[in-house]
Amino acid sequence: MRTFLLHILKRFGQFVLVVFIGINLTFLIIHISPIDPVEASVSAMTAFSSSQPEAVELMRKSLKELYGLQGTPFDQYIVFWKRILVADFGPSLSAFPTPVSTLIGRALPWTVGLLLVAIVLSWVLGNVIGGLAGYYRNNRLLKLVGVIFMALNPVPYYIVAFILLIVFGYLWPILPLTGAYRMNMQPGYRLDFILSVVLHSLLPILSLVLVGIGGWFLGMRALVSNIVTEDYVVYAELGGVSRTRILGSYVMRNALMPQVTGLAIVLGSIFNGAIITEVVFGYPGLGRLLVSGVETGDYSLVLGVTTVSIVTVSTAVFLIDLLYPLLDPRIQAG
Amino acid sequence: MFKIIRDLFRYNEEFAVGAILTIFVLIMAALSAFSPYPPNQTYVVPPDIPPSWQYLFGTTSRGQDTFWQVTFALRNSLLFGFSVALISRVLSLLVGLVAGYHGGVVDRVLMSLNDTFLVIPLLPLLVMFYFVLRDKMNWGLLALIMGCLGWPFDARLIRSVTLSLKTREFTTQSVFSGMSTRQILLEEHLPYVLPIVFATTMANINWSIGLEVTLSVLGFTDVNTPTIGTMLYWANQHSAMISGVWWWFVAPTAFVVMTFIGLFLLSISMNEYIDPRSRLARMGPSVLSPK
Repeated sequence: MRTFLLHILKRFGQFVLVVFIGINLTFLIIHISPIDPVEASVSAMTAFSSSQPEAVELMRKSLKELYGLQGTPFDQYIVFWKRILVADFGPSLSAFPTPVSTLIGRALPWTVGLLLVAIVLSWVLGNVIGGLAGYYRNNRLLKLVGVIFMALNPVPYYIVAFILLIVFGYLWPILPLTGAYRMNMQPGYRLDFILSVVLHSLLPILSLVLVGIGGWFLGMRALVSNIVTEDYVVYAELGGVSRTRILGSYVMRNALMPQVTGLAIVLGSIFNGAIITEVVFGYPGLGRLLVSGVETGDYSLVLGVTTVSIVTVSTAVFLIDLLYPLLDPRIQAG
Repeated sequence: MFKIIRDLFRYNEEFAVGAILTIFVLIMAALSAFSPYPPNQTYVVPPDIPPSWQYLFGTTSRGQDTFWQVTFALRNSLLFGFSVALISRVLSLLVGLVAGYHGGVVDRVLMSLNDTFLVIPLLPLLVMFYFVLRDKMNWGLLALIMGCLGWPFDARLIRSVTLSLKTREFTTQSVFSGMSTRQILLEEHLPYVLPIVFATTMANINWSIGLEVTLSVLGFTDVNTPTIGTMLYWANQHSAMISGVWWWFVAPTAFVVMTFIGLFLLSISMNEYIDPRSRLARMGPSVLSPK
């Protein structure tokens, strides 16, 4: 039990460190900028109309207050942290006066849902097929699957999403391309709405799974083909333990741990993939919010989405770390 | 050296396919030196002409020859990827060697820093960099930023190798013969680590080109330099898909996919070659396993 608590404590420390460094990085990025966000917003707003100098000055002052850019850098740093701790990023400029946190709150479930389904699907499928491919090395079908996964694995998310968009959008238009559900549909827990959501999420999920599955497959296949040469596996085979049981509880069980660690490591890049996939398919998640924030010059929105992304991903990694003791009995028993 | 490559070609299909793809892409990129048009000039050929013998990959809606644009794009994307890989290799070697050799507190601090950079999602940060820098963002700066963020994965790998080198006798010998830490790391450990660094370079080039494409198609880079990403950006801007100018996005996509698969296969086959365990497995599973 003590090692278990120690493990959790250590992981929690790492979680705090990630959030701390990540958010400091965003603060740093904002402040090394040669462009003053206030000036940028002011000139964007006054570009098409001449305004009174006093009005512009007033606007400048209120924007500075809004963005927390008053006082010395240290004061600004304190204000910055205060706002982040209460998740208050001020109102969005492009969707004035909706607060940024409301916009993010609306978008976050879509991103999390997309990621959750895609990660679980690709992780489970990749590991099971990879385990089989490592155990039955001479199976033709599994070899072919391996070649396909190997070809898909290094291709970036954008390219795969783009190819799917061309294939299912123009060559064989059977699936909806944009949005999270049919336009003009009232959201609610009804069958037709849920069906529409599932149908709209198929392409984004498919592109995330197609890229993601290869890594798990290759990793599991390599791990399994190393483990099958271990003495205890040979012993089990000689002892007449059934092959499915050997594969399931002797081989793959031991290969599972590094794969869970791997999930924690690549979660950040899967998140990047989800962001760009959302943009390609017009999915109303964090990715689309981030890009529209940049395009409209919405400073608070970009800052908010970046911060929330860092916190979300590191929380997810922390949760995976909490899962770890369930799989590794050594930590539990301690 | 030559013999190793010949053997790899003969017995390692992944290496053979990867090498052929990579060489093909490199030749294509090198052809950019012979382009009859400068890369940034538009409307030098009639626009929207489908692939023909005169225009091998057709022409774009901006009046550029797609074939020559692809050669420039490949060259620039590869150069960009290579610069990022170079910068991040230096950092990952530094962190990996020092953490692995020193151990203790230094190791723990460096590795928790390492894991932090591993977890932080980079795309929002890179988008933010573009957001605050806007027109001041150029390719050199982007390469520097990505180089400074792309080291953690390989630093961990290098550390694990150094960790095992540390307990080997020659390290003790070097310590006793009065070599400084810097000397031990650079002269004794670095040669052992270099093959892995080589393999990870390919993977890192892939990673950076992938992010380049992602950022460029959003228009979040200097879109006036032809790269694979900016080519796709302009194709999207001119709605090439809807107006039926399919060759404009098919050509760069095909070549970039070739690049990714080629480099990836090279990197994993090299990794396999370096790792003695998998080399044994390749010699035949029948030797080792009961099946």
